[in-house]
Amino acid sequence: MTNERLQHMLDAAQQSIGPILHGTLLYTIPISLISFAIGLVLAVLVALANLSDYSLFNKPARFFVWIIRGTPILVQMFIVFYGLPNIGVVVEPFPTAILIFSLNEAAYNSEILRAAILSIPKGQWRAGESIGMSYAQVLRRIILPQAARVSVPPLGNAFIGLFKSTSLVTLITIADLFGAAKLVAASTFEPMTVYVIAALFYLFFCSLLSLGQTQLEKKFGKHAM
Amino acid sequence: MLTIRNLHKAYGHTVVLNGIDLDVHRGTTTIIIGPSGSGKSTLLNCMNLLEVPSEGSLQLGAYTFQFGPQQLLDAKTVRAFRQKTGMVFQGHHLFPHMSVLENVMEGLVIVRKQNKADARKKAEHLLEKVGLRRFVDKYPDQLSGGQQQRVGIARALALDPDILLYDEPTSALDPELVGEVLNVMKELAGEGMTQVVVTHEMHFAREVADQVIFLDQGRILERGTPAHVFAQSRSERVRQFLSRISHAWREDNAERRANAHSVI
Ligand SMILES: Nc1ncnc2c1ncn2[C@@H]1O[C@H](COP(=O)(O)OP(=O)(O)O)[C@@H](O)[C@H]1O
Ligand SMILES: [Mg+2]
Repeated sequence: MTNERLQHMLDAAQQSIGPILHGTLLYTIPISLISFAIGLVLAVLVALANLSDYSLFNKPARFFVWIIRGTPILVQMFIVFYGLPNIGVVVEPFPTAILIFSLNEAAYNSEILRAAILSIPKGQWRAGESIGMSYAQVLRRIILPQAARVSVPPLGNAFIGLFKSTSLVTLITIADLFGAAKLVAASTFEPMTVYVIAALFYLFFCSLLSLGQTQLEKKFGKHAM
Repeated sequence: MLTIRNLHKAYGHTVVLNGIDLDVHRGTTTIIIGPSGSGKSTLLNCMNLLEVPSEGSLQLGAYTFQFGPQQLLDAKTVRAFRQKTGMVFQGHHLFPHMSVLENVMEGLVIVRKQNKADARKKAEHLLEKVGLRRFVDKYPDQLSGGQQQRVGIARALALDPDILLYDEPTSALDPELVGEVLNVMKELAGEGMTQVVVTHEMHFAREVADQVIFLDQGRILERGTPAHVFAQSRSERVRQFLSRISHAWREDNAERRANAHSVI
């Protein structure tokens, strides 16, 4: 490798750090956090609707999960961003990203929560009901807190998965972590260097998330029965 | 005080309770015995309305319920009624994410909407009563089986029930822990608590029971004082069952002792 080539790579690396960091802080992290939060609230509702005995609730919930799980995120995103304008509905890139990722988190995490709720022994329901608690009280005080503990590991995995999947928003013109890298790669003609740096960024943040997940598991793992 | 008439419970075509008539008087202890699958748990659950009977009637204090296919129970009345009938489960079913104190306070704070300070005082008093005052800040998984079961009793007592229902409260416990739970129940009986207990602890039944019920295939096959049911039953099935469980009990203990020796 010539000196000149090495210099070129170093320049590209240097040029990429700023935009990539910018894209991470402005798009990748906010999209991940907001979508996960909205998705989690929706996931609780979808899980409860899914578990309900009433088809008025469980049918729509199952239909929603079926649609979302059966179609690729990228296709959903393209339908909203490139498709809807055809029928006169224009959605900006950022809201599109939030919408699609929130719905996907809702669908997948509702399944995690549903399994967690079902894993809580029937006796816990009975014990709550036996002291006169209503369905809503048992759910809120007894079942959901325990289901939340059970869900910490799979939800942690889901969040890490989401963080990486947000790279798809590059394809609807957002300059997120990966989108920024793509632009720098094109302008410097150093895709190898720039994409490896992008990969290192993802690796760094995902490692942080893993650490956080371990801490949460420790905290919530106490007094589980 | 508790009056049950012609109580039936069926799951689909499976008839589990087939016409139960039972009176439990205030301040007495009733023991229910019977083979596995005879409907003992179901009967107890019906008394707390955790299971809704298919037919018959149930009356406790001011509450009267008629059951039938057309009879819809008011959810609020059912919840109020459940507070009057405390339930102690075989598998304790304590809330694992709450401390011992919180377990006992839960009904007072959430159901009764009592303020926390009063609820705390009462819960501490009840835990004192079952000998667990020092354990208020522990979590259920830090207690022995006997202690867990005593917390279960305190939790059931918190709402001042008129009657306490126990479903095999000691059958999941190591033999050396059974006594501490039975002692609490004896004390409560002495204080005039009305209790219905599903148990095969014959010593306890002899000592404490005012009435023993033998349940078989959803019917009451025998009833009376312990002396009557245990010694003078005219039913061959009852006598067979009693001799079987007293054998099983002896063998079980002999085996445990043998095992204990071999470990040493
Ligand atoms: N939810 C249910 N659905 C169908 N059958 C049930 C249900 N609960 C209990 N049973 C049946 O009712 C019978 C009595 O059960 P149970 O009251 O638990 O008996 P016991 O406590 O005396 O062992 C059993 O044959 C059991 O299979
Ligand atoms: Mg039983």
